[in-house]
Amino acid sequence: MPCTPSDMKTVADIVARHDADPTRLVQILRDVQSTFRHIPAAIMDRLAAQLSIDRAQVQAVTEFYTFFSTEPRGRFDILISDSITDHMLGSREIAAYLCERLGVTPGQTRADGQVSVDFTSCTGMCEQGPAGLVNGYALTNLTRDRVERIVELVNDGTPVSQWPREFFVVKDNIHRADLVLGTKLQPGSALRWMFQRGLDSTLDEIAKSGLRGRGGAGFGTAMKWKFCREATGSTERFVVCNADEGEPGTFKDRVLLQSYAHQVFEGMTVCGAVIGARRGYLYLRGEYLYLHEPLNAVLAERRRAGLLGSNIIGRPDFEFDIEVRIGAGAYICGEESALIESMEGKRGVPRNRPPYPVTNGYLDQPTVVNNVETFAAAALIALKGGAWFSAAGTEKSKGTKILSIAGDCARPGIYEYPFGTTMAQILADCGGTGAMGLQIGGPSGIFIGAQEFERVLGFEDLPTGGSFMIFDQRRDVLEIVRNFTHFFAHESCGFCTPCRVGTSLLKNQLDKICAGHGGKADLAELTHISKLVRATSHCGLGQTAANPILSTLERFPEQYEQRLKAISFEPGFDLDGALEVARRMSGRDDAHAHLAQEA
Amino acid sequence: MTEHMLTIDGQRIPFTEGQTIIEAATAAGVYIPHLCHNPEFKPHGSCKLCTVKVNGRNCSACTFPAADGQEVLNNTQELNETRRTITQMLFIEGNHFCPSCEKSGNCQLQAVGYYLNMLDAHFPFFYPSREVDASHHEVMLDRDRCILCELCVRASRDVDGKNVFALSGRGINSHLIVNSTTGKLKDTDISVDDKAVHVCPVGAILIKRKGFEVPIGERIYDGQDIGQVSLEHEMPIVEEAEHGR
Ligand SMILES: Cc1cc2nc3c(=O)[nH]c(=O)nc-3n(C[C@H](O)[C@H](O)[C@H](O)COP(=O)(O)O)c2cc1C
Ligand code: SF4
Ligand code: SF4
Ligand code: FES
Repeated sequence: MPCTPSDMKTVADIVARHDADPTRLVQILRDVQSTFRHIPAAIMDRLAAQLSIDRAQVQAVTEFYTFFSTEPRGRFDILISDSITDHMLGSREIAAYLCERLGVTPGQTRADGQVSVDFTSCTGMCEQGPAGLVNGYALTNLTRDRVERIVELVNDGTPVSQWPREFFVVKDNIHRADLVLGTKLQPGSALRWMFQRGLDSTLDEIAKSGLRGRGGAGFGTAMKWKFCREATGSTERFVVCNADEGEPGTFKDRVLLQSYAHQVFEGMTVCGAVIGARRGYLYLRGEYLYLHEPLNAVLAERRRAGLLGSNIIGRPDFEFDIEVRIGAGAYICGEESALIESMEGKRGVPRNRPPYPVTNGYLDQPTVVNNVETFAAAALIALKGGAWFSAAGTEKSKGTKILSIAGDCARPGIYEYPFGTTMAQILADCGGTGAMGLQIGGPSGIFIGAQEFERVLGFEDLPTGGSFMIFDQRRDVLEIVRNFTHFFAHESCGFCTPCRVGTSLLKNQLDKICAGHGGKADLAELTHISKLVRATSHCGLGQTAANPILSTLERFPEQYEQRLKAISFEPGFDLDGALEVARRMSGRDDAHAHLAQEA
Repeated sequence: MTEHMLTIDGQRIPFTEGQTIIEAATAAGVYIPHLCHNPEFKPHGSCKLCTVKVNGRNCSACTFPAADGQEVLNNTQELNETRRTITQMLFIEGNHFCPSCEKSGNCQLQAVGYYLNMLDAHFPFFYPSREVDASHHEVMLDRDRCILCELCVRASRDVDGKNVFALSGRGINSHLIVNSTTGKLKDTDISVDDKAVHVCPVGAILIKRKGFEVPIGERIYDGQDIGQVSLEHEMPIVEEAEHGR
């Protein structure tokens, strides 16, 4: 696409809006993409010059994130969530219908440039799917009727801002509130208490609470803050809130950000005071773009109320502010060091550790990265004390955990439980009593069967970042596993060999078995690759990518065996299929141009 | 000064503060298979060939700091099998037609394959479609053979100060790009004397008109295995770095 002088002016304005700050490259590219519907080569050159960075960096970042493209997407760019729970709600059929009615092929922009439709990883609307995005904004509850309306709106060229509001309604669906969701926090009250009590004893209270990270790994929060606080040789420290929430089936951070934003920001501010930071960032996944403005409004309100900025609650020695940064479609950017790379305007590739972010994080400075829920809990602990929190839960897992429940149950949504609650109890509460299996912790977690429903929520038994998916008897275990395995292959960052190549091999191997082309040796091979990917990958993505396969092979071996061919050896390719090119070239399709294959 | 010690396969290995496991091993004459590691450059840790077990846990020897009392397993059957599988993965994700490749015999990927007793590719080939860049008058880039080790990226950035190369894309679509408007080597300031032109462990970056100057049979790994060659070449580099520490 040739760029006109007025295009270049637009680009210059975008760059200026971001202070020509190269760490904001992902933000800048988001704006370019939404303005031009792609990142044209000429604009890459211009951005490189204006930001004083390599052109290769601009291109590399563009080609890393799913929401950026080098070819124009439609003026209406529609993405349909490909999470398994969306599938179960009929997303694939809805997408096919949408494509048919619009006359588009998935992944290809319609010839008139008006519209494009594609699939994307879980958009975090699992309990109100089938879900999707249009020009970045979340669509929920897609039905055939809605599709009809969308087709009209698209063909008429009605701007998304004028589409019916109800298409974009995102509900909280909170069904069970406990400590974190059920305690009212007056904005500023935790900060006041913190200063009365003192920073050291606030950190002590966090330690006493036993709070462990809610993002998955469960590292002690007080310990993390302490390490960061004590890190030496730094010029600045940072607080980062991880709101990437990319694990399919997780949507509890969305609810916290939508309805408990003050609490989250207050937790970040408490952390800022304790570790001595002046700047905080909230890294919001691109799929939650609709939350950007409301979050900025809450930040503005807090600045007006003297809860952010300088002189916070009248303390001349305390200055802290928060900025929202938005991702662009990459699950790996939830991994803390990849997130930091992304915040620095780079591809989201996990760093080598040690050093850890607490000493060498954002801009190589000591940085605390915590999950949204961790900050929300920390704010309340600063207000109510450690004992208040640790009274709930178990020996190793104190307090409560917010679950996002989706799949086959009567009342999907948000449930907050004390750690130690049994799966059976949770299923009874949400009306998921017909469950055949549960995926706890998302694709990177584990699949358990009905005989394990007495197991409990907690770091010592069944940990989860929040994802809780329910499957009943109608569901095909292998289809679930296939969905998860495709997800990992799509989201691997590509840095290390075992995950980059291994996740694709797993995907192909599983597809082969599911298509009925697998033999016994293929099952052994699947296990072999799985174990290698788990054992040798660089980061948590690769290390857990084979979990769906390994945990179901262990529990449901018969599901796999049923799909195998009786013979012990099956050629790795389709003989007759391989002749297709030759048939086309020779224009033949008679019986002699085909090869039969022993089945 | 008390001497720092770890063990590799039961053998006591001294190390100095700040060394990685692979540096300590190299200095002591112990070979740990590796591809993306080159002691002249910043540790990277992407190929995972150097995977060792440290106190029972898998770690990349090229990035993991040596520490007192570590019990490292290196030359075990299990680890070498793992490394062989990783090498096979590197072969099948690219297009490596060794018999017709100029680098054959000088190629570290091939040499590591021999060292690990790799007899076949094991997995179905991916046959990716990758671009060849023959635009430059002296240097050529055949991405078919690129193993994404980023040695050229590091060399160009850290030694040549030019940033000619970068990795782009994601996952299995990761690929090497060239830092110019056209994406072609001819439009960069790369020169044949650049370090970046001489570090590629495989035949992805080649110097034109130098093909087959050394006949097959007389090449680096034709007579010696990569373990020996690697130690001979890398021990002095590690020792020198140690003195500068
Ligand atoms: C592939 C991958 C994805 C992750 N995604 C998230 C995420 O979306 N949100 C999150 O809080 N943590 C995520 N994590 C965990 C983070 O790396 C990190 O441990 C966490 O943000 C720390 O916060 P916490 O201690 O409060 O849990 C992810 C980890 C990996 C390996
Ligand atoms: S394990 Fe996967 S996601 Fe993690 S660094 Fe390796 S390739 Fe990237
Ligand atoms: S061109 Fe060579 S040195 Fe550069 S990344 Fe590829 S294999 Fe490594
Ligand atoms: S040599 Fe260590 S990961 Fe490549």
